[in-house]
Amino acid sequence: MPESVAIPHTSSSGGDSEGKSKSADKSSRTRRLKHDVIEAVNELIQDINTCHEQIAEQAVEHIHQNEVILTLGGSKTVLEFLYAAKEKKRSFRVFVAEGAPRYQGHLLAKELVTRGLHTTLITDSAVFAIISRVNMVIVGAHAVMANGGVIVPVGLNMVALAAQKHAVPFVVLAGSHKLCPLYPHNPEVLLNELRSPSELLDFGEFSDCLDFGSGIGSPLLHVVNPAFDYVPPKLVSLFITDTGGHNPSYMYRLIADYYSADDLVVRRRVALGN
Amino acid sequence: MPPQRKGAAARVSEDTEDLTRHPLQAILLADSFATKFRPITLERPKVLLPLVNVPMIDYTLAWLESAGVEEVFVFCCAHSKQVIEYLEKSEWFSQPNFSVVTIESHNSVSAGDALRLIYERNVINGDFVLISGDTVSNMSLTQVIQEHKERRKKDSNAVMTMVIKQSKPSPITHQSRLGTDELFLAIDPQTKQLLFYEEKTDSYRGIIPLDNALLGDNPSICLHNDKQDCYIDICSQEVLSLFTDNFDYQHLRRHFVKGLLVDDIMGYKIFTHEIHSSYAARIDNYRSYDTISKDIIQRWTYPFVPDVMFSGNSATHLEREGMYRASEIEQSRSAHIGPFTVIGKGTKIGNNSNISNSVIGKGCSIGSNVSITGSYIWDSVTIEDGCDIRHAIICDGVVIKSGAALEPGVVLSFKVVIGQQCIVPSYSKVSLYQQPTVEDSDEELEYADNSSGTVDSSITCTVDTLNREMMSETPASQLGPGGVGHVWSICEGAHEEEWRHSVAPIPADKLAEAIQSLEDDLELLNLDGNALSVSGELKSGCNGTDSEDDDVEDSRDDSIIYEKEVEATFLRAVNENIKVPDVILEMNSLRLSYNMTSADCAGAIFYAMMKQALEIPHATAGELRKSAASIIDAWNKLLKFYSKEIDDQIEVIMKFEEMCLESVKEFSPHFSQILHLLYDKDILEEDAILRWADEKKDAEESDKVFVKQSEKLIQWLREASEEED
Repeated sequence: MPESVAIPHTSSSGGDSEGKSKSADKSSRTRRLKHDVIEAVNELIQDINTCHEQIAEQAVEHIHQNEVILTLGGSKTVLEFLYAAKEKKRSFRVFVAEGAPRYQGHLLAKELVTRGLHTTLITDSAVFAIISRVNMVIVGAHAVMANGGVIVPVGLNMVALAAQKHAVPFVVLAGSHKLCPLYPHNPEVLLNELRSPSELLDFGEFSDCLDFGSGIGSPLLHVVNPAFDYVPPKLVSLFITDTGGHNPSYMYRLIADYYSADDLVVRRRVALGN
Repeated sequence: MPPQRKGAAARVSEDTEDLTRHPLQAILLADSFATKFRPITLERPKVLLPLVNVPMIDYTLAWLESAGVEEVFVFCCAHSKQVIEYLEKSEWFSQPNFSVVTIESHNSVSAGDALRLIYERNVINGDFVLISGDTVSNMSLTQVIQEHKERRKKDSNAVMTMVIKQSKPSPITHQSRLGTDELFLAIDPQTKQLLFYEEKTDSYRGIIPLDNALLGDNPSICLHNDKQDCYIDICSQEVLSLFTDNFDYQHLRRHFVKGLLVDDIMGYKIFTHEIHSSYAARIDNYRSYDTISKDIIQRWTYPFVPDVMFSGNSATHLEREGMYRASEIEQSRSAHIGPFTVIGKGTKIGNNSNISNSVIGKGCSIGSNVSITGSYIWDSVTIEDGCDIRHAIICDGVVIKSGAALEPGVVLSFKVVIGQQCIVPSYSKVSLYQQPTVEDSDEELEYADNSSGTVDSSITCTVDTLNREMMSETPASQLGPGGVGHVWSICEGAHEEEWRHSVAPIPADKLAEAIQSLEDDLELLNLDGNALSVSGELKSGCNGTDSEDDDVEDSRDDSIIYEKEVEATFLRAVNENIKVPDVILEMNSLRLSYNMTSADCAGAIFYAMMKQALEIPHATAGELRKSAASIIDAWNKLLKFYSKEIDDQIEVIMKFEEMCLESVKEFSPHFSQILHLLYDKDILEEDAILRWADEKKDAEESDKVFVKQSEKLIQWLREASEEED
């Protein structure tokens, strides 16, 4: 389950303008404010819970008979999407790239098999070799940026480039709650999260490379574990959201539905705790 | 009355199936009961020292909170007011579902005392986590606690589970990457029970003595030397009562764990739990400080990293190549900030400065053309233009004037001022406070000498008077013009510790030495191996080497302690004008109690005398010689008493040589004159000198330096002895 995006959502609570008014008559207004905020948050929760179904309903239009689908890592949205297509009696095969270093692809493959789909599991490095046999790439997103670019789990930029080379459509499934009004200026660094390198390497085995007592005292081995990739909008063919399918260049319009004009310029503030 | 503040309410028991459900508790020892971080810990408690700009205790508390601990008892002893104030100011007392209670004590001297006090308070009910306030970890405690509880259900003698982690020690220097000695553990691979635990081993011999019973009782044992003790223990309530019953248990590992392992009667067991993908480490000395800081910068401790706000630290932003930058930094365009550096809030960096692999705190001001490598600079430090800082720790408020250079391994304590163009020698520790005279060298206690050590009082006037007492006139020559602070000297036996436990990487020549001795040892071992024959003789051979092994190990420690004692006694004799026969009595008793030969005694006394001569302020080398001469004059009876045999005298000469090479280099030009003086005073006989010269004939050039210097004297002596014949 992709984590919810913390930073872009700090300033907006559903975008309703009612939630912003403050006036002199405090107690009844604050009670109403509280009520409104709770309602808006509940709506948001509802949206998040139902987005899978709404996206999955559109599966039949996109997946046709005897197709080969490629995905990377594990995304619940993708799982539901593929299952919905199978329910409608489409027969297709799925290639799942494992998604190192967290190997969520393994879990997805297992799920798909329990639901009766033909699945082939490959490593991330084999994607370019396989892509010529694939009809469509379907992936989930972590966040959708204002320009139509996507923040996706690491490795998907490589898949997108491979897909572009072989003219394979790259389809991104994203619930509308993943929209973000930020424009990515320096996405590899600004919006990425470098996690612990222990997901890559066993600390104990490599502890002698990490001995700073000898030599010049600075580490010769640096292990980087970025969690996300940025895919620019020109590599994405189609966005499927709960409101339907859209072009990447259209996504900015949807932001207006969910964010008020005040939110569009989001200043990067200090995150307010967890 | 010790202040106790309860945060959120404790849980009420709900389960009817299990016993009443207790909140998970932890005991955090906010006092390490050691003096490794002096002189910094004279003014601030170790747990409040910043590690990558966040106080150490924050890492521990944040980890405990994320691991699901609900009640923490923070035990404070040294500088307890500062710890409590800090906990109040930060928001640790007001976290929901996480109550922090402080327990204060003023006369505990070890972890054992702390646990006994907590047992008396009777606040622990059930299993608890025992850690010290300088632990950094991101492990999840659920699995360990689960295992521990299950084991206890089956076997009520399983009192403790120790967390260990794989970390290979360096084969050359025989120390772990955290600067602690190589640890030898014997673990039963099926049950994970700990069977043997040894820290200080004599790596020169390469032999560990194991009890036969160990092999007899257990079907399989795994011997490890690549594990690191994380000092995170899941203990049952019995542990507290065990400490109370055995009131001489002081240290957690040296006494408690070893005591339990050796004790057959009660049959208590300790188990281990190995963590693989999580990180846990404790900051033990300066080298651990350096290593763990670098691990944090490399994000092994995620999510407790500088750019994630886990406890009220200021927002830091991660950029390329592991560079962390906080807000409001003023950096000149020509300054070059290298990889793996952390820059704190509000710091200013001037033109053409070069900073790499370092941590810089808040509000620092760094001038132009400054070069900083591998250093840890805390808050509000001013570094003026043209300085060169390598592998140093610089505490709050220090001012380094222009052109100064710090050699690797320097520690500058709070508010020290380094004068212009001053070069601070490597491994020096500079503080505003004078070095407390070390009389008691049994245990390393942070405040055994309470009067001279700590500055822990909330009343400012006491602090001032203490300041005035401690800060006497600074010898201006030591720290450059305008320098303020005292350079602490290194005691004789602690030279090795300096470079092992320092922030600076081990210098190449020491590494080469170590490699050389390693190869020599291997040759020796091979020879030994050939000498030992088949099993029949092996046993007695082993036993022999084992006991010798112990002796060598013990005697090395003992001789260092002995030398310190002799020095202290001699100083006292000088200060209090004790008569020579009385001093001889005292020296004799020391010698007997430490089982040293009179040669050792003579050597130690001579060293003490020379050091005393050095202490007398001298302007020129001639004056130094005169003061050395006068001291030898005054105490020659004492020295003579112990150097009656030729061997003793040769020992004195060799000790002098060693001194001139290593510690008291000022004496080296005067070697031959002092030798002559000793001869004149009949302390050394000519035979001794001649035999010493002869022995050195086959030695290497570097050893013969002093022989060469004393050529003339030896020549004259030979002629004199020939004349007599």
